[in-house]
Amino acid sequence: MKKIFIIDYGYGNLFGLKKALAYAGADVVVSAYPADFSGAAALVLPGVGAFGEGISEFEKRGFKKAVLDAFFSGKPLLGICLGMQFLFDKSYEFGEHAGLGIISGEVKQLSVQPGTFCKIPHIGWNALWPPDGKNSFSGHLLDNVTPGSQVYFVHSFVGYAASAADVLANTRYCDSVFPSVVCKANTFGVQFHPEKSGAVGIQILKNFISLL
Amino acid sequence: MDIPKIIRIIPRLDIKGANVIKGVHLECLRVVGDPGEMAARYYNQGADELIYMDVVASLYGRNNLLNIVEKASQNIFIPLTVGGGIRCLEDIRNILRAGADKVAINTHAIKNPDFITEAAKAFGSQCIVGSIEAKRISSGKWEAYTDNGRVVTGLDVVEWGKRLVSLGAGELLITSIDQEGTSKGYDVDLIRSIAPHVCVPVIACGGAGNPQDLTDVVKNGHADAVAAAHIFHYNQYSIQAVKEQLKDRSIPVRMAAGNL
Repeated sequence: MKKIFIIDYGYGNLFGLKKALAYAGADVVVSAYPADFSGAAALVLPGVGAFGEGISEFEKRGFKKAVLDAFFSGKPLLGICLGMQFLFDKSYEFGEHAGLGIISGEVKQLSVQPGTFCKIPHIGWNALWPPDGKNSFSGHLLDNVTPGSQVYFVHSFVGYAASAADVLANTRYCDSVFPSVVCKANTFGVQFHPEKSGAVGIQILKNFISLL
Repeated sequence: MDIPKIIRIIPRLDIKGANVIKGVHLECLRVVGDPGEMAARYYNQGADELIYMDVVASLYGRNNLLNIVEKASQNIFIPLTVGGGIRCLEDIRNILRAGADKVAINTHAIKNPDFITEAAKAFGSQCIVGSIEAKRISSGKWEAYTDNGRVVTGLDVVEWGKRLVSLGAGELLITSIDQEGTSKGYDVDLIRSIAPHVCVPVIACGGAGNPQDLTDVVKNGHADAVAAAHIFHYNQYSIQAVKEQLKDRSIPVRMAAGNL
């Protein structure tokens, strides 16, 4: 069976993710060694925490080249939460940090008009909508996902794609709209946690697995 | 007022040994069911998260939850929060390793507030829920308790809640000891005295007897999420039924047909 590797660079709780991928039908390996990746049919890049610390640890452990190689070779890659933000050109979280540059755009603080329920971080369930008011999603990752389906978010920063063509779904939080699913060739990024998003999340993981 | 986000509905499972138990005012505990079966039922009904609380762990220095969480996380794919008896980073690591996403910390945070900061640095704020057990001492004044409502601390709940956030807690779980298990409604004043004044989500807990109680604590208390036990444990309402009533009262909820 083809293996999916979860990239373990020390940031994020990988246990739930591993269980959800296994439940969705994947043969999952958690790996802290980029040298292992030649045996991977697909990579999952998870992460929670701050961008700067996360990406410097990611680079220190030699993952940058491995992930870029995967991208250029067309190997399916899924970035989750902070892992999605790594895909962009740069982030402004506590300073300015270079990302992987796979998706052109920048990671900035999610800004909402402060209000009683409008708190940052954005924690909880929220809906995925096709961009430009279309009534269905394009992109294989969101096959069988109905517009308006809700998924679980925990984040304060978001990646704003420079090109609308890279955005598969948007999410509205209070008065702010941000890209929640992005895509470039076989690389995908999701700002939410599919492993914690019930049936919708499992469907998205199944869609990713079916790319192998 | 228009509520601009989805309000999370969170069943709370108090665990003693191998069972889910339920009390009144955090006392008079009775067995109500099997944690695995109940968690699966709530997941299938569309629960947005689950909270497991090991209610005697702080007292006896043990933690029975790991096996229960390990099992639940195999096929329940919503956020799982685990609390009770957490004293060190290793406890948190073990709970996350079992498949939990967040930990709720009360007693040890009061004994050693810096622990919240250490835990947030090690695992991220999103993982650290500050848990407060509040007892009303006069109008508009509440005192924090530890050890499942047994030990008084002298801390003012509103100040302690704000302090927990500045120490690094990513959410607050606020349980009213006065209302807990009574089905007489949440302590709306308590929640309102904190939720609008902190930048992190507040989960209201204690007292839900019917869907109107949940409505009140959201609309008047400004709770970002509501936890409840009794109302779900005794099959008075399914999670879906509660959500339908909240939706009718203009509170946005996640209407999943089910999680599976």
